[in-house]
Amino acid sequence: MKATDIRDPSYFHKVVDCQWACPAHTPVPEYIRLIAEERYTEAFMINWESNVFPGILGRTCDRPCEPACRRVRTEEKPVAICRLKRVAADHKGDIGPYLPTVPKRKNGKRIAMLGAGPASLAVARDLLPFGYEIDMFDRDPAGGGMMRSQIPAFRLPADVLEEEVDIILDMGVNARFGYEITSMKDMLDMDYDAYFVGTGAPRGRDLDLPGRQEVDAHISIGIDWLSSVAFGHTTSISGKVIVMGGGNTAMDCCRTSKRVGAESVTVVVRSAFEVMKASEWEKEEAMDENIPIVNNRPPKEFVHENGKLKGVVFECVTPVRDESSGRLRYVPTGEPDVYMECDHILMAIGQENHCPWIERDIGLEFDKWDCPVLDEVTLQSTHPKVFFGGDSAFGPENIIWASAHAHQAAISIHLLCQGKDLKADRPPEGVNLISQKMGVHEWSYDAEHDPAKRFIVPHAEKRRALGNIKVEVELGFDRALGFKEAQRCLNCDVQTVFTEGLCIECDACVDICPMDCITFTSNGEETDLRERLTAPADNAEQDLYVSQTLPTGRVMVKDEDVCLHCGLCAERCPTAAWDMQKSVVHIPQLGTYSG
Amino acid sequence: MTFVAKPRVHHPLLPTNEIGLTRRDYEGLVSTLCAGCGHDSVSAAIVQACAELAIPPHLFAKVSGIGCSSKTPSYFLGNSHGFNSVHGRMPSVATGANLANRELYCIGVSGDGDSASIGIGQFAHIVRRRINMLYIVDNNGTYGLTKGQFSATNDKGSTSKKGVPNLYEPIDLVSMALQIGASFVARSFSGDKTQLVPLIKAGLLHRGFAFIDVISPCVAFNNHNGSTKSYDYLRTRGASVVTADFIAAGEEITADYAPGEVETVHMPDGSQLRLRKLDTSYDPHNRAHALEHVLEAQQEGEVVTGLLYVDPDASDCHEILDTVETPLNALGEEELCPGSDALERINASFR
Repeated sequence: MKATDIRDPSYFHKVVDCQWACPAHTPVPEYIRLIAEERYTEAFMINWESNVFPGILGRTCDRPCEPACRRVRTEEKPVAICRLKRVAADHKGDIGPYLPTVPKRKNGKRIAMLGAGPASLAVARDLLPFGYEIDMFDRDPAGGGMMRSQIPAFRLPADVLEEEVDIILDMGVNARFGYEITSMKDMLDMDYDAYFVGTGAPRGRDLDLPGRQEVDAHISIGIDWLSSVAFGHTTSISGKVIVMGGGNTAMDCCRTSKRVGAESVTVVVRSAFEVMKASEWEKEEAMDENIPIVNNRPPKEFVHENGKLKGVVFECVTPVRDESSGRLRYVPTGEPDVYMECDHILMAIGQENHCPWIERDIGLEFDKWDCPVLDEVTLQSTHPKVFFGGDSAFGPENIIWASAHAHQAAISIHLLCQGKDLKADRPPEGVNLISQKMGVHEWSYDAEHDPAKRFIVPHAEKRRALGNIKVEVELGFDRALGFKEAQRCLNCDVQTVFTEGLCIECDACVDICPMDCITFTSNGEETDLRERLTAPADNAEQDLYVSQTLPTGRVMVKDEDVCLHCGLCAERCPTAAWDMQKSVVHIPQLGTYSG
Repeated sequence: MTFVAKPRVHHPLLPTNEIGLTRRDYEGLVSTLCAGCGHDSVSAAIVQACAELAIPPHLFAKVSGIGCSSKTPSYFLGNSHGFNSVHGRMPSVATGANLANRELYCIGVSGDGDSASIGIGQFAHIVRRRINMLYIVDNNGTYGLTKGQFSATNDKGSTSKKGVPNLYEPIDLVSMALQIGASFVARSFSGDKTQLVPLIKAGLLHRGFAFIDVISPCVAFNNHNGSTKSYDYLRTRGASVVTADFIAAGEEITADYAPGEVETVHMPDGSQLRLRKLDTSYDPHNRAHALEHVLEAQQEGEVVTGLLYVDPDASDCHEILDTVETPLNALGEEELCPGSDALERINASFR
């Protein structure tokens, strides 16, 4: 293998699995260390800079970082990254002095934000410090988009939402709320310098089954119903409720129903439990509230009598793994169909992009799935002034993706307004490596491995939580628990950096490494090398760090897979050929470079 | 020295041996020696060898004298019996331990100061008494613990860290062991575990006195250009004459050997040692020949390594003295103390 080029920003970035997995590339270990130091305000600001909504995401994020956490590969549960984010938000002090200043004198460019959800808000935040004038349009009476309308208050309290939305609105957004956009053409006629469309995926899917029309009054589309509850238009639901669907919206619907008066709630899912779209913890919390989840039951028919819904007939199927594709296929079990009584159905079987207000003859192309045709890097549509982000770009994702899109769109808009090329002039990624050595046996980070198991987060008393939709279920870690959980972080951003010229090949690092990551051996092809290491390196997703050839003709090979970043290799190295260096990955973002 | 303890967590695929233990179960405390010390690699080799032999850790007795080398038994086999004895007196303690309980695997670790200076008398006598043990000398040619004076194994002309040459002739423990009757004599290098680990395994299973002189560089005081015991010197001037591949009892033999290249030595427990001669004229069963080769190489400034001499049929101290088969701690009070009548009979036999 060729010697590893550690100057490539992506090499060590990949080692920080959580940051690599995060769409917005939040520097997770950095803020976790700050939490351990009780520097919550700084920890919050690191989050705010990269993911924009720390308090909201600390409660609602889909957490792509957690399954990626190295701790999973050392045979444990991941660090509770999401809950630690919330610790930073819950305990922070005054962030005012850290916020960017917005110039009084504007730069003369006017940008329209269509929608006031997370994507639009994040773009606005990135652009405002550069003197852009931002007009934000939304049909709802308040900002926040789906964060306000679709996430129930028992998961995301209104004050947390409002605080983080207001930080951005208070930077000087011209809010045009309660404004129903009916024509993109009209918007373009208003002659803004650029447009950002962040209108989400607002259309919930429906099911056209026998009886659907007849029982229309008793079926609600999940996201619309949640929104109606959020804005106080709906305050109760009665009788037996069936929630159809297996995603997070379904979980929010069933738990909300339980709180606003349903006699009974059952979730019925077409597919198997393991493949349900809902996050693991959302499923757990629903079940913890004694809501049954019935799987492998596709609906067949809505049963009604005199225009009143009586129940639903479901087919019984079982999943079979297709050998060739590896996918699950559902085959009838042969059991008789199941009839379930109900008075109301909440339909939460997915949602889709829907922009009926964008005329199809204005140079803005859509693909066959009715998604806008976009450049994946610049997020520019086929209309040069129009950019998309969040769910409206590539279909429903989650809030953290909206933040990630927003940073890219903001860079694009900035380049466009400066007359620069959106691709050629895009700022590159970079990486800095900074030694963490403080003294003979002192490192600037807490190198010692903490074997503690993942800490359990306290919950509100169940009866109280179920009695009031506004009572937040998860109470979050307090300072002490937050510290303990933070100590579980392996500091994967403090890298083992090897300098060939200093190595005397004494084997001290090989002997001390608790995870058998390091090998000195003759070089070879990657597949061959992976078999010859001290411990098998069969996780091909994790790189091998290969040195230049050493005086004995061998190379140092380090398998990054299960390295604990404990620093013992550097500690036991007599010549400091190993050093622990913090890798700071620079993800281009407006405001972090002089564009 | 390190303040951070080695975490207990290990690689998820770390293999277990026949008795369900991993290599990590054979480790000891974290080393307090200087970072990069060759002795730590020797300890790691002992850990690996013992784990691969799948001997329960409590069946080992580890003994040592005084010095950097003699600290190392703390750093391997944490769950075994140990005795850190007096300077140069490890052989006495080892002799006692082995005579008292012949079922324990006895590992003695000593250094060039402990064995070639203050303890040279004890060393010579434990060799000739053929105590059934593995005697390892961590040989770095310097008194590291007292800041780098020349030791008795330091080669004449080799320099100190400051450049002062050594004026005296060295003691070569390998030559001594060969001369006085050790039945297993090897030399190795701490930086070459592929050679050292099979030697340790073979030495542990060898019945009789097994001696391994391990050149183990002192990174603090004797790892410079003028040294003949540095990492660089061993890597350029070390010459392996016979490598020993260890094949456990019942293990399938997978390696391909050219005919005539390999000689099999059968060990007491049914395992085999496959000796591969890299120098075809070398005879590892001829004591005089081995001694001659070692001395010749020494004149050339080369360090001969590998299994230099082995006599698989040698006797050990228990056989020489015709001792009781049962370890003393397993004998009853009547057998250990047969009474004054028995003493009378013994005394009468000498009259």
